[in-house]
Amino acid sequence: MSRPIFYGFIFALVLIGIITAWMRHDITGIPLTPGQQTSAWLVEAKVYFRAQGDEPVLASLNLPGRTPGYKLYFEQTASPGYGFSIIDSDNARRGEWSRREAEGQQTLYYKIQIVPDPNPAAELERPPEIITEVFWRESDRIAAENLLDEAYQRSSTPQSLTREVIKLVAESNRNQNSELLLANHSRPHLLEKLLSHAGLKARVAMALALQDARRNQSLVPMIEIYADDEWVVFDPLTGVQGLPTNMMFWHRDGGSLIDLMGASGAQVNFSMLEQKVPALELARAQSGNSAFDLLSIHHLPIEEQGVFKLLLLLPVGALITVLLRIIVGVRTSGTFMPVLIALAFLQTSLIPGLVNFISIVAIGLLLRSYLSSLNLLLVSRIATIIVIVVFIVGLMSLIGYQLGFNTGMTVAFFPIIILAWTIERMSILWEEDGPKEVLVQGGGSLLVAVLAYLAMQLEYVGYLSFNFPELNLVLVALIMLMGRYTGYRLLELRRFHAMGTK
Amino acid sequence: MAWWIRPSQLKAQGIMGMNCRNIDFISQYNDRCLYPLVDNKLKTKLLAEESEVKSPSLHGVIRQQHEVKKIMGFLTGLDGFAIKPARGSGGKGILVIVGREGEDFLRASGKKMSLEDIQRHVTNILAGLYSLAGAPDTALIEGLIRADDLFANYSFQGVPDIRIIVFKGYPVMAMLRLSTHQSDGKANLHQGAIGVGLDMCSGQAVHAVQFERRLTHHPDTGAELNQIQIPDWPDLLKLASRCYEMTGLGYLGADIVLDADRGPMLLELNARPGLTIQVANGTGLLPRLRHIETLDQPKATPEQRVDYVQEYFRAKLLI
Repeated sequence: MSRPIFYGFIFALVLIGIITAWMRHDITGIPLTPGQQTSAWLVEAKVYFRAQGDEPVLASLNLPGRTPGYKLYFEQTASPGYGFSIIDSDNARRGEWSRREAEGQQTLYYKIQIVPDPNPAAELERPPEIITEVFWRESDRIAAENLLDEAYQRSSTPQSLTREVIKLVAESNRNQNSELLLANHSRPHLLEKLLSHAGLKARVAMALALQDARRNQSLVPMIEIYADDEWVVFDPLTGVQGLPTNMMFWHRDGGSLIDLMGASGAQVNFSMLEQKVPALELARAQSGNSAFDLLSIHHLPIEEQGVFKLLLLLPVGALITVLLRIIVGVRTSGTFMPVLIALAFLQTSLIPGLVNFISIVAIGLLLRSYLSSLNLLLVSRIATIIVIVVFIVGLMSLIGYQLGFNTGMTVAFFPIIILAWTIERMSILWEEDGPKEVLVQGGGSLLVAVLAYLAMQLEYVGYLSFNFPELNLVLVALIMLMGRYTGYRLLELRRFHAMGTK
Repeated sequence: MAWWIRPSQLKAQGIMGMNCRNIDFISQYNDRCLYPLVDNKLKTKLLAEESEVKSPSLHGVIRQQHEVKKIMGFLTGLDGFAIKPARGSGGKGILVIVGREGEDFLRASGKKMSLEDIQRHVTNILAGLYSLAGAPDTALIEGLIRADDLFANYSFQGVPDIRIIVFKGYPVMAMLRLSTHQSDGKANLHQGAIGVGLDMCSGQAVHAVQFERRLTHHPDTGAELNQIQIPDWPDLLKLASRCYEMTGLGYLGADIVLDADRGPMLLELNARPGLTIQVANGTGLLPRLRHIETLDQPKATPEQRVDYVQEYFRAKLLI
């Protein structure tokens, strides 16, 4: 492959890896760093009413459906003795509690957890139904028309008209017309009526102001008008356009908050709490239907996920090995044996792992030197060493257990076959090239294993490799890039140092 | 003396590193399918016989375990011999017997070995103990090489050999390898043998190294190393050069021994020759290799190529 094609290929790999990871982050919301927390709100609606006792009770509460700016994380109810179901209709989502017999004061709880949604999916806005005729009392009609006239003169668009109407009805701007109208209407409903009269499609939406650790809160009415194919929200007191931050819509369809049958005296209170939740868990819980969610390792059973978690660390270990062998020039016994040892270290943790590994290999070498004189064929000799290693591992686990180190048990994580081959190779190396070479290669292998372990045990590395497996493409690109490195190895600078003296 | 050398210094001297060798030369000029020809000493040997390249006499081949018992049949009448694994690497598993004492065999080091010891060694070879990745192997029994008297003072026990790097058929660098007490009579540099760089024109010693360090005298015999002069130098180069046609490998190391009776003989070939030859010669391989790469018309015969190389180095010396 020619140079430009090769580097283009490498570049493409890196680009694909990074872009895919970024898209996954963007679409599924999996954070780029581990341990990231998102603030979430726990909102509880408490419904009180008095059951009449002579007929079945049905309480129907308007539940939040589409809440721009927030995502519903989970919802639950606590209402002993009541049946509960959620009824989704075109216009509204309602929760219905029902009970055959109830008497006296009743309390129902409905709890949701919501998280701010920085980039909400484009919402399908339903155009409102045809406006119904607005009915006024005769005196009110004149006042309303006067007021609307004034507002109409000062405005040009539905939005500005709304603002002007709100201003005219505002507390600070008392005049005869508004005084008269407010005497017979509540402010939000007056606004809705006025705006409908002016030919706009208007409705009252109920919102909740989210403030940490507040109790006994009620919903705040907001005015919405339908303009330019979307609902625009206004504060009915100030005329400010748009939903203030920390405000969440509870219901927008204009229906009642609570309906009761067989009961009376309904009262709904809200309390809320700000919480910190791990962003990763949140992202997983909200998995949608994107390709990333369908192709996610998180769908595997937990046990398989654990296996993958280890497997996905292998490329990091391989990268370290390649780096140390090609760039530094460390000699190891068996090309990727160190990575497997490092994987075992991940299970045993470093110091016990090192102690176990060195003692197993040392005991194995001792016994192997006796095997030398038995004149065995290679295959049966290796097989014998495997059995010996199994025994050593078993023995060390037992001794560790008896001495009270539960780390002794983890010796079993070492790959037995790899250990057996390591012992065999080291032993031959010892016989042929002497103990020095054994130390050089054994030390080199351990050095690579320890460095690979140190890299793989980093929380960040484990997190990224598991949650963004596509980043392994970047690692592969780096490994391939190093595969074309024709410069000197670090240890060659030492090896050829005699060239410096003439 | 510094403990290391700057990369720029190495570059200026044209030293070739391991990565550069692997990528720019071995993978470029050595076709993978040709490796078995040199990795298997038996194949090399048969090939050498075919192309009339002289090599040590072959007395027997043991392929199966049951043949091990009949090994005496090959050994009768042989005072000295060498048993080698066909696919051993780095001189591993080579057993050199220089004489007999009653029933026992004497190794170069003076150690005695019984017939049983030898049979065990052959068994190990067959089982693949010395071959790469432990694949089953074949054992060769070769006649003992009697080192040229010239080397009597320069070698401890073992037979010295001459490593010549041949690039596209042109011999480009040469080194004499002398065994020492430390190397246990083996001519392997990483085991402690001495590498003596040789001038391409004359076969005269240039530099000497042991364990990557310069030295002037043989540590065991005390002989002055820069006095060495290889006889029949052009013939030796031609022998090495012929290995190119023989194997088709573009970048190879030919190991040649000087036998007291039979003259230069090809001992073995290496498709991945080491880099220490550069330290032994006090100069890097890269300028020579790059020069050969620029040659448009490959010289037809080994003789022409050797002539060209010697002419080239003579001209360089004059400058």
